[in-house]
Amino acid sequence: MSSLWPRIEPLLARVEKPARYIGMERGAQTPVHRPQNVSWLLVYPDTYEIGLPNQGLQILYEILNERVDAAAERAYAPWIDLEVELRARGLPLFSVDTHRAAADFDVIAFNLSAELVFTNVLNLVDLAGVPVRNEDRNATHPIVLAGGHCAFNPEPLAGYVDAFVIGEGEEVVGEITEVVGAWPRAGRVDREALLHELATIPGVYVPAMYDVDYDGAFIREVRPRYADVPERVDKRTVADLGEWPYPKNQLVPLVEVVHDRLNVEVFRGCTRGCRFCQAGMITRPVRERPEEQVRTMVREGLRRTGYDEVALTSLSTADFSGIDRVVADLVTDQEGTGGVSLSLPSLRVDAFTVGLASEIQKVRRTGLTFAPEAGTWRMRQVINKLITEDDLYAAVDAAYSQGWRRVKLYFLTGLPTEVDEDTIGIADLAKHVVDIGKQYSKQASCTVSVGGFVPKPHTPFQWFGQNGVQELRRKIGLLRDATKGTRAQVKWHDAQATYAEGIASRGDRRIGRVIERVWRAGGMFQEWSEHFDLARWLDAMAAEGLDPDWYVTRHRHHDEILPWDHITAGLHKDFLWNDWQASLQAHGLPDCRWTPCYDCGVCTDYALEHVVASPVAPAGGSQGTGQDLSAGGSAPVRFLGRVGTGS
Amino acid sequence: MKGGALFPVRLRYTKRGKVRWISHRDVARAFERALRIEQLPLAFTEGFSPRPKVSFGLALPTGYESDAEYLDLELVSEVDLDTLPAAISDALPSGIDVIGASALDERAPALMDVVTSTEWVVTVVASDGSPLARGALTSTVDDALQMPVLDTTRHRKGREVVEDVRPVISRIDVHRDVEGNDTSCTMELRTQPRSAKPGDVLAAIASATAISGGLAEAGVLRTHQWIERDGARLEPHCADTRPRVLVARDLNKGTPDVRRDHDTGTLAGVAHAAGGTGPEQGN
Ligand code: SF4
Repeated sequence: MSSLWPRIEPLLARVEKPARYIGMERGAQTPVHRPQNVSWLLVYPDTYEIGLPNQGLQILYEILNERVDAAAERAYAPWIDLEVELRARGLPLFSVDTHRAAADFDVIAFNLSAELVFTNVLNLVDLAGVPVRNEDRNATHPIVLAGGHCAFNPEPLAGYVDAFVIGEGEEVVGEITEVVGAWPRAGRVDREALLHELATIPGVYVPAMYDVDYDGAFIREVRPRYADVPERVDKRTVADLGEWPYPKNQLVPLVEVVHDRLNVEVFRGCTRGCRFCQAGMITRPVRERPEEQVRTMVREGLRRTGYDEVALTSLSTADFSGIDRVVADLVTDQEGTGGVSLSLPSLRVDAFTVGLASEIQKVRRTGLTFAPEAGTWRMRQVINKLITEDDLYAAVDAAYSQGWRRVKLYFLTGLPTEVDEDTIGIADLAKHVVDIGKQYSKQASCTVSVGGFVPKPHTPFQWFGQNGVQELRRKIGLLRDATKGTRAQVKWHDAQATYAEGIASRGDRRIGRVIERVWRAGGMFQEWSEHFDLARWLDAMAAEGLDPDWYVTRHRHHDEILPWDHITAGLHKDFLWNDWQASLQAHGLPDCRWTPCYDCGVCTDYALEHVVASPVAPAGGSQGTGQDLSAGGSAPVRFLGRVGTGS
Repeated sequence: MKGGALFPVRLRYTKRGKVRWISHRDVARAFERALRIEQLPLAFTEGFSPRPKVSFGLALPTGYESDAEYLDLELVSEVDLDTLPAAISDALPSGIDVIGASALDERAPALMDVVTSTEWVVTVVASDGSPLARGALTSTVDDALQMPVLDTTRHRKGREVVEDVRPVISRIDVHRDVEGNDTSCTMELRTQPRSAKPGDVLAAIASATAISGGLAEAGVLRTHQWIERDGARLEPHCADTRPRVLVARDLNKGTPDVRRDHDTGTLAGVAHAAGGTGPEQGN
């Protein structure tokens, strides 16, 4: 169990960015491994720069290390140059904290935040020296675990990962630790028995405990193999974020990483109900962090890390009930300290939000980003992103008039019912935005960033047949033509990568062998365009006798058993289907925080409630729903007790 | 800050152990955060995005260690220079330790412009990492220093450039232990008008002398930076500073800690040599 450092260090002079592999971040831990402790290796299956800031991984790292019966370290995917050196010398994947071999850990847990990292997961298991297929592992091998958003359709990795955590991990990692910890001590060397026991923990899905029968290409039945294994695995949800003020010691990397700043999560969940958004659907209901705790976490975090930037994170930070007060206080707090900047990712599209942003960015006003997501009001009603053109133009006008010069707009294309008019609508919006900007500055510009839409499990669009590569390219072409000669600059995502993501997103167990073939053919780091090649995926599909269009572009029917139907985020399938039908009629559905409950299933089935501090929609209004939300009434809102609710 | 008196300070710091793999830029960022954590009364630049007024000396190549790195920073009020090194060190990654702080003259020229040479202890092996034959380094260096030109090929912006490093070499002393092993040397290399890395010098020596098996660095430690002025040779913490230098942390005491997480053994010779040529204790 000794450190591999003496053997790794001589390789570092030959690789790019050697500091990726040394650990030593402020906040890093060097746990002492004792035989009676369960050791966890938390792995982010992409580069250090992308993986280090991941909050989920950092939270579990702290929670596990606080336990007396556990110890946790971290690992990231070594870049290709180091992997070649490691493999040439028979060296395995290692932790960055104490440079311990991955296979020496009891549990190797992967964070799955995107489908295209699946091939990296297989590669890292292999680099760890652990058999890639779970059926080939025995009692001497670590348990391979995975969690994160992509675990909500675990089936493509069912043959490779031993157990999945569905939903939030704060509580369940302790329960898993207890089960795994009892295992070797009880002298049980039967891996099957351990997996069986793990499968009885709420929120844990063990694919080997389920048989899948097919009816031709379709699934006939998914059946648990034991009576005490649940037919359907429900997600885990932390009821009160206020009880989990993590990370307490956010890691401060020595090299530059993405989101290189203090990040404080202000709430989880989102009930705006955007139908394309998996994150919003699977993290319901809304749970706000108490305002005072946000202030404390920001203040102490800045002091401890030395960062000069803090981001208040969530799926829509302007929706946080206390946002204006928190922002005002932070700005006052920081006056005269040489400038700490505050950023609010995921801005809402309205003038209130711009007001907040101007409060924050008092001096440097460079770029502001909005996500209208679709080009026409009809299309936005289909996807339930209820922003009117007036909302957008008012926000943009406010931004340019208050000194911003660059506005960035995010859109999706390839949405359900989309016609060319909707695509061209994106160009029309962008052109109008530039015109508004020109009234204020000659340098005003607008960047339009377009992504191809990939339907995701557990959303109303899970039945929708994705646009193929040609169709997406045609639409991007239309958009480029329509913006030619204007100051709107279009950027788009590779339609081929979107297609591969479609294979993995709604794949079933048969896609596992496809992923394995892509990996064996050298397809690693598939999120990196220089390493991505759709041909590998199509070849692998052909070799497995699978039709890619059946997985990607086919509309699913109502009666079909979807590969993830035995996993649930609490949303009733009926609710999702009805919402899908409503979307096809371009019917919008307002936010259930401030209107009556639609009984999607999450609150009612899990005895959860929205935890928000305000019973009314935030200042700035309805985000253009055009609907009177004041008559909300019986929303299941729990008020946070606040001292002196003077505001 | 115009008008207000400034208190410029020069810090000497180390870069030892695992942390040697971070870049010069990363070191600068780590210092910026450490200075904020310690809430020092920093002076800031004017303009849209104020930055603390900190200026670093010559960059240390990533992967090299050092006991003699310097930076200058400006404060808006006086601080206790006795406690400053330990306080900043606590907020820095382990291996980067501030070992001295001196009050700097207000009009001191930039470190980058005044340092004339740097001194290194270099552990040398063959290109494949195997140890050199006894006596090989001594004779190779002797031969090389007789030559008027020592060319080395460097890659610069995708092009190959041939450079003569002979003018850069001020001296090279090969170390010899009691058993006659000669696996390391001290190099003093000029930084003006051009400089070269110890690795480039080794490469030039290897190619000029055509030593079989080649030469490669197994560990490089910067031990000094020198400012030559009016015939005297000063370390930066003694130049342009008020006559008071503090070495807050005893290097020879601090070093074993660093060694422990860095037990490759490759630098053992360096550590030994560094003990002998430790930092000037000032006056
Ligand atoms: S159960 Fe009702 S209130 Fe809760 S998230 Fe679903 S629709 Fe909203």
